[in-house]
Amino acid sequence: MFERMTGGLRGIGHTAIDGVWRIGYASRFFLLTLFKSGISFRRFGLTIKEIYFSGVLSLIIIVVSGLFVGMVLGLQGYETLQKYGSEQALGVMVALTLTRELGPVVSALLFASRAGSAITAEIGLMKATEQITAMEMMAIDPISRVVAPRFWAGVISMPLLAAMFSAVGVFGGYLVGVVMIGVDEGAFWSQMQAAVDFRQDILNGIIKSVVFGVAVTAIALFEGYDAPPTAEGVSHATTRTVVTSSLAVLALDLVLTAFMFRG
Amino acid sequence: MSKDNLVEINNVSFGYNKRPVLKGINMAIPRGRVVAIMGGSGCGKTTLLRLIGGQIKPQQGEVRVAGQVVHELDREELYKMRRRMGMLFQFGALFTDMSVFDNVAFQMREHTDLPEAVIRDLVLLKLHAVGLRGARDLMPSELSGGMARRVALARAVALDPMLIMYDEPFAGLDPISLGVIGNLIRRLNDALGVTSIVVTHDVHESLQIVDYVYFVSEGVIVAHGTPEEMRQSAKPFVHQFVHGEMDGPVPFHYAGEDYGADLGLGHV
Ligand SMILES: Nc1ncnc2c1ncn2[C@@H]1O[C@H](COP(=O)(O)OP(=O)(O)OP(=O)(O)O)[C@@H](O)[C@H]1O
Ligand SMILES: [Mg+2]
Repeated sequence: MFERMTGGLRGIGHTAIDGVWRIGYASRFFLLTLFKSGISFRRFGLTIKEIYFSGVLSLIIIVVSGLFVGMVLGLQGYETLQKYGSEQALGVMVALTLTRELGPVVSALLFASRAGSAITAEIGLMKATEQITAMEMMAIDPISRVVAPRFWAGVISMPLLAAMFSAVGVFGGYLVGVVMIGVDEGAFWSQMQAAVDFRQDILNGIIKSVVFGVAVTAIALFEGYDAPPTAEGVSHATTRTVVTSSLAVLALDLVLTAFMFRG
Repeated sequence: MSKDNLVEINNVSFGYNKRPVLKGINMAIPRGRVVAIMGGSGCGKTTLLRLIGGQIKPQQGEVRVAGQVVHELDREELYKMRRRMGMLFQFGALFTDMSVFDNVAFQMREHTDLPEAVIRDLVLLKLHAVGLRGARDLMPSELSGGMARRVALARAVALDPMLIMYDEPFAGLDPISLGVIGNLIRRLNDALGVTSIVVTHDVHESLQIVDYVYFVSEGVIVAHGTPEEMRQSAKPFVHQFVHGEMDGPVPFHYAGEDYGADLGLGHV
């Protein structure tokens, strides 16, 4: 009985220590990446190449999703606003929802599953096939040559993708609200312009998406770098990237929103 | 420590997860020579190369390269040493996101300021030596196993290192490429004054090109000597290995233990 209890406690202790150790290890990895970012900027071509892979290749899914989300917002928003006779505020509603929340959050979630998983799988496979070791044996630091450019590419791509998502979303809302349902076009745009504040709404949205970009890319890179060098290890790591970074995005969103939009 | 030895391995023991793999290995690799390390699968040959390259630290003993104790170097010194080492990985380890040309050019671009035109000439020279100049634009996924190995070889020697470690350079090669690569290893060594360590199963080919052979079994060195001595050797283990006999006078795993105790791990 006593044995069983202490065994259980010991198990909990082990899990906790492992967890803390892993967080420490991840933080150290993150700091090293920042510290060794020189090459990513001195040879910006390396970063551009990764922006192409993670950013440009995510464009299609971002644009298509943005359009759908915007159209749904148009439909739902119209339904609700019309009850209060204020359907002309549809443009404001769609634009604020997108720039403040859905743009950064949904595009980050999409980015995590499209680009994040790809980054983890790529780094994990590079490790499993000894490419990372080979680089180290050539006296080239894989963190500065492989990890850092991918990190900055993610951080740069994320706000651009989020902006793209919001822009397309607004257009989707316009299609449904103005073109299909017949909300007044002048009111749709002019109210939107009057109500959306650059600092309060747009800038905060950009800050959010930068933070999400850091979180998603850092998690994806760490999971790949830390993956056991086997097919199974890489596949687990890929799954973990999507789950962890999606949760991180949602949790960070709550925290950031609480700070940004209290007043 | 003799000045004539580029690499010295002194009483090195190592194990993964407490399971011992190497048990007190002593080895000396003289400058300018080609030395083979042979032994059965899983006996720790790749592990030995990892120790020399500083990827892992010995649990006991020390590895010296050019007089420096490898596991005592800090990161910067280790990287400086590695710049002068070339390594052919057992499974190639080509960078899968780069073409054959870019793989070979990689270290030149990272470590030197050579103009692209010079790099081009150098890369084509290296690729020509392994017979793959025409494959420069292929991606690693488009290569056969033997071709990938030859590209990896060209990449390992890209910067004309002082020490080249070949992990199974002959695996997966047809008899013609095998002869060519064997000669290439020998020629590189003689022309550039390189020191080479060749890890291999291929007794026949390697005995023709190397200057000295170490046999490893069960974590210890069971025999060493020149190829001629090895061919003549009456030691059952060596005889069995050199002649590739299935049933030697001593069963394979038994032999290791016996000789390990016999040789007392010391002298080399
Ligand atoms: N990363 C590792 N973790 C745990 N054990 C390992 C690891 N690498 C190798 N081993 C074990 O160490 C032993 C020696 O491995 P090593 O790769 O050095 O053998 P080898 O002589 O190169 O064999 P082969 O000729 O098949 O390549 C093997 O028994 C292997 O199971
Ligand atoms: Mg091996």
